[in-house]
Amino acid sequence: MTGREPAPDLRHSYYVPSIRLLSRLASAFTTPRSPEDFLRLVDPLASARQLRGLVTSVVPETADSVTIRFRPGKGWNAHEAGQWARIGVEIDGVRHWRSYSLSTGAGQDPAITVTAMGKVSTALVRGTRPGDVLFLAPPEGDFVLPEHPRPLLMLTAGSGLTPVMSMIRTLVPRRPDADLVLVHSSRSPEDSLFREELLELADQFPGFRLVQWFTGERDRRIDLTGTSDLDTACPDWRDRAAYACGPADFLDAAESLWQREESELRVERFAAVVAPGSGGEGGRVTFEKSDKEVEADSATTLLAAGEDAGLMMRSGCRMGICHACVTPLLSGQVRDTRTGEVHGEPGHLVQTCVSTAAGPVSLDA
Amino acid sequence: MTVITPFLLDQGRPAGRAKPSAAAHLTDAQIEELGRELDALRESVIATRGAKDAAYIRRVIATQRSLELAGRAALLFAKHKPAWIAGTGMLTVAKILENMEIGHNVLHGQWDWMRDPDIHSTTWEWDFVSPAKAWQHTHNDLHHTWTNVVGKDRDVGYTILRMDEDQEWTPRNLGNPLYNALLAPVFEWGIAIYDLELDEYREGRKTKAELHRALKNLGAKFVKQAAKDYVATPAAAAVTGSAKQALAATLTANAARNIWAHAVIFCGHFPAGADTFTEEQIEGETRGDWYVRQMIGSANISGSRLMHLMTGNLSFQIEHHLFPDLPSNRYAEVAVKVREICERYELPYTTGPLPKQVASAWAKVFRLALP
Repeated sequence: MTGREPAPDLRHSYYVPSIRLLSRLASAFTTPRSPEDFLRLVDPLASARQLRGLVTSVVPETADSVTIRFRPGKGWNAHEAGQWARIGVEIDGVRHWRSYSLSTGAGQDPAITVTAMGKVSTALVRGTRPGDVLFLAPPEGDFVLPEHPRPLLMLTAGSGLTPVMSMIRTLVPRRPDADLVLVHSSRSPEDSLFREELLELADQFPGFRLVQWFTGERDRRIDLTGTSDLDTACPDWRDRAAYACGPADFLDAAESLWQREESELRVERFAAVVAPGSGGEGGRVTFEKSDKEVEADSATTLLAAGEDAGLMMRSGCRMGICHACVTPLLSGQVRDTRTGEVHGEPGHLVQTCVSTAAGPVSLDA
Repeated sequence: MTVITPFLLDQGRPAGRAKPSAAAHLTDAQIEELGRELDALRESVIATRGAKDAAYIRRVIATQRSLELAGRAALLFAKHKPAWIAGTGMLTVAKILENMEIGHNVLHGQWDWMRDPDIHSTTWEWDFVSPAKAWQHTHNDLHHTWTNVVGKDRDVGYTILRMDEDQEWTPRNLGNPLYNALLAPVFEWGIAIYDLELDEYREGRKTKAELHRALKNLGAKFVKQAAKDYVATPAAAAVTGSAKQALAATLTANAARNIWAHAVIFCGHFPAGADTFTEEQIEGETRGDWYVRQMIGSANISGSRLMHLMTGNLSFQIEHHLFPDLPSNRYAEVAVKVREICERYELPYTTGPLPKQVASAWAKVFRLALP
């Protein structure tokens, strides 16, 4: 992902020095806490450390998906159509992070549309209420609209529609010259996200054409091994800038088709690129900050592996009680030597003294 | 690769090694079984950690911050006696909660499982002059690993007091009670200087560069702490002509917190009944042995729920030493089971009300002043 510099917000620049001064003055009274730590008693979004958002509405889309709209705190920057954000949610007291595409158009208040699949998404869909606090990271991603107007084809399946919906909402109502075809695959009309809104848009704007592919009705999926389904759905598909988002096999098929046709296709994948470890058989451990890589077997803790490589690892009791050794995980998974449990998501802090690699692991050390 | 840990062995021990006398009646197999029972107890708490526990620590933190805000606000009018009393009281309680139930326990990693960067052992700094990182080293890494091993655990007397018969007597020790009485009101400074590990530096185990860094960190922390309590708060109170009274209040709150923390902490390992150990005794120590050492080397304080809260649940010192990284609000339920285990294995479980335990610790301070 390419990091885009957010445009500086100049509207309040006049006030910035005085706010900063006030904040410094306040921290003389609050040290070692930040003034925000005390402000949070009344403002749930106040934090010097963690961007937060307040849920303003939760609207059901289908039987198992909802759109969660939120008001982000200071530090968020407006999203481009098609971008995603990391969302942190607390499940039974433990914070979990996942990435979700923002489904509202550029310039609108941010929202995510989540389908109940997997532990975190299910918790978000079933458990989120207005007034809840979400933890956030600013929007990212380069699955965005082209800079110059072009005929477009959007190929989506299931919840892969969410980033594309943001693009449609951004482009279609605002650009009379828009020329966009959406081919969306879903099980049935009831399961299809944003169905009514899409029908209305297609009705209202001649530059937007909608092709719904219901796998339940047709009794088969859209076939991307050949071109006939596409030829029917969108005869001039080869002349369009194409975007695809959906499950991995759907995207794999689309990519190889476009490759054969030597056309360009932009895809957005939801699954992590790094394959999760297969099962605690050790693996290659990368220490990013120190720029060192070692092969560690299943009997070598990450701490020992780092020390063997000559790194200054943080360490303490070496039995998992003092937490002096905790290090952020960048990718991969680790096995807790005490329980045998394989766990880990990017950003988690792992106790290196009681963790071994479960496949390739990258640490912020 | 050398692994410096006394817990390498899962079972077995070098032949002929003497067990601590309180555990002499136990066979190796029994100690192993005891280790398994305590491991299972630990697992049962971990398996049930959840939203209720998270809500607990957040509630304590919100209470603490509200008290601190209200306390300092009241001190703006400190020249009026009721405001002085209310402000000093609230600030004292806030500081005690911050240091004990929140700071100490967060810095142990008790709440790391929540993965909340605002309540995490790697990010927390506390309202105490010793920087969190320095304290984590001497306390979590050293004291909790080498608990009560004379010559290894520097907490046995904090390098200034003679707190064990096995520590050689010198005439300097005649001042034991005096040193301790002087230490109590400035306890945070005692800890800050102790965390510098000047003795380690003198013996060449800590480099000059390390000591410089530690001094710099302590200096920076001290400036901020002193500026808050002794400059900013009185300066703000000056608006109502209450500067002097506000300064007296913050000094009082810090001293009261120090005396309280000193009393609670001296009840942890020094009252009669809590054992100490020799380096020979812990050679080849198994996990079960380690658990036994933690149990018979620590002492609890009995009392009400409020009492437990105000001690940061260090009143459950035995449970805390067995499971230093379990959330403090769960020690009370763990204690019921630990006590039952101690009875079954005929191991001492030292506990008593605060005045009794404080008196017992002080009695030791006096006794060991003499050879």
